[in-house]
Amino acid sequence: MIPGLKPAAFVMASSLTLAGCSGWQSALDVHGESAISLKQLIVLIVIVCSIVWALVMIALILALARKRGRREFPLTVNASTERRMAISVGAAVAATVIIITAFSVLSFFTTRALSVAGSDDLTIKVRGLQWWWGIEYFGSTPDQRFETANEIHIPVGRKVRLQLEGLDVIHSFWVPSLAGKQDLIPGRPNELTIRAERAGVYRGQCAEFCGLQHAHMAFFVVAEEQGVFDEWVRLQRQGASAAPDDEARAGQQAFMSRQCAACHTIRGTAARGATGPDLTHVGSRKTIAAGLLETTRGSLAAWIADPQTLKPGNNMPMVALSPDELRAISAYLAGLK
Amino acid sequence: MEPNSWPRFVESGSSSREFQMRHFLVLISVVLAAAGCQREERELRLDPPVAAALDRVALMPNRISGAPPDIYFALDKPYESNAFNLSQGKRLYSWFACKTCHSDGQGGIGPAFLDGWWNYGPEMVSIFASIRDGRPHGMPAFADKMTTEQIWQLAGYVQTIGAYSAKTGAPSRNDEKHTRPSENRAPAAILFDQGPTPVRPDQGPTP
Repeated sequence: MIPGLKPAAFVMASSLTLAGCSGWQSALDVHGESAISLKQLIVLIVIVCSIVWALVMIALILALARKRGRREFPLTVNASTERRMAISVGAAVAATVIIITAFSVLSFFTTRALSVAGSDDLTIKVRGLQWWWGIEYFGSTPDQRFETANEIHIPVGRKVRLQLEGLDVIHSFWVPSLAGKQDLIPGRPNELTIRAERAGVYRGQCAEFCGLQHAHMAFFVVAEEQGVFDEWVRLQRQGASAAPDDEARAGQQAFMSRQCAACHTIRGTAARGATGPDLTHVGSRKTIAAGLLETTRGSLAAWIADPQTLKPGNNMPMVALSPDELRAISAYLAGLK
Repeated sequence: MEPNSWPRFVESGSSSREFQMRHFLVLISVVLAAAGCQREERELRLDPPVAAALDRVALMPNRISGAPPDIYFALDKPYESNAFNLSQGKRLYSWFACKTCHSDGQGGIGPAFLDGWWNYGPEMVSIFASIRDGRPHGMPAFADKMTTEQIWQLAGYVQTIGAYSAKTGAPSRNDEKHTRPSENRAPAAILFDQGPTPVRPDQGPTP
């Protein structure tokens, strides 16, 4: 074996492992107010505990290495040794009490500072379902509310209040880069406040086992500058755009006459189903099927053709469509920007 | 004392047989426990040709009763006692707003299921046809809203609501309040049960 290969391999492996800690879904690569303060707390605790551990190890190793000195008689008490021992034990106890108290106080204040949003902050309702996320935005009037799925857009540098609600089983909302976890429990509304400090796309996923497709229940938080966000909201509030060509028109026709419209809503059309994701602007979303596939016409067609092979057990049924219908519907949906 | 007069532990043949017997019993119970790991099969993906075949029910001319397609028996009647299919049916019952007319099974605008009185008979085919094609006096057709598999699942669940005899499979529990007997307890049979016969029927209220 080549000398030096082992350390090199170790360094490479550990740097690869550390590289896994950055990216769009990492509690160590933080860009949200809550996540930053949580990371500071955990880093501080890890550093202090490492120092304590190192000191304890050094003391133990020294004690092992040192030989016991000869004593004339076991009961002879040397006053200065006794004092030194009392001081070191007392110092260790005092340090333990101080460190644990400091940790508790810090942890208390960090936790209290999380999840605080004013009443005028942007409020978004997040519903957890098997296995996707329903997102609802509100406005000053009822006609300004709209729904989308699996993608939350928020303005940068502003607190956003998320009202979390589980509709079937318990789910958990977790965007590691922005905030800690919060459960979505049927019949018990929860709240979580997030605030992104930097524009970007953050991935999140369900963090509470919720059934067969728990692993395929991802979502994205897209943090944008206020102007971009306002434009996005304006577009989302509008109904679906009219089908641009004959193929898309045929697709719309097929969508309305087949089973699709019974579960999905496309605002501005006759499709009014409420049990599946709102598809009004499905073409503008990054992914379909809760982060399973990138939104393209091809992936939409694949998903519609055989949802149970791509995500077994989900509640999208396989609808028997003719090839022409499938082509037309996928063209229509991909065009819903 | 002589050494050979000490009480000696006698290794008899019978105790070793007992030991073997115990081993055998432990082995049997482990095998039986492992057999309990066999769980119900979930058919998550129905092949399109199978779904198409399941749609071809042979109804009587008056559209009441008839025969399910052969594939229904080949699949071992999957929609009547399979707990997964019954649970999906229960989900569809609320998703497709059956409650709007039939309530929790006690009826309202539409007929009740709980009373065990089936206007078009209690067979799966009749219930399937009622959901797929609709019925006179307001029952809408769901053929263009649900897939064949979903209609079978819903039919299985609806039959359970007004069943006379309990099934081995049961759908999931209600999340909301229970307003009627559970589906797996043959609710219709309970409703027909008049209770014990009084010793003196001429005295006191009859049950």
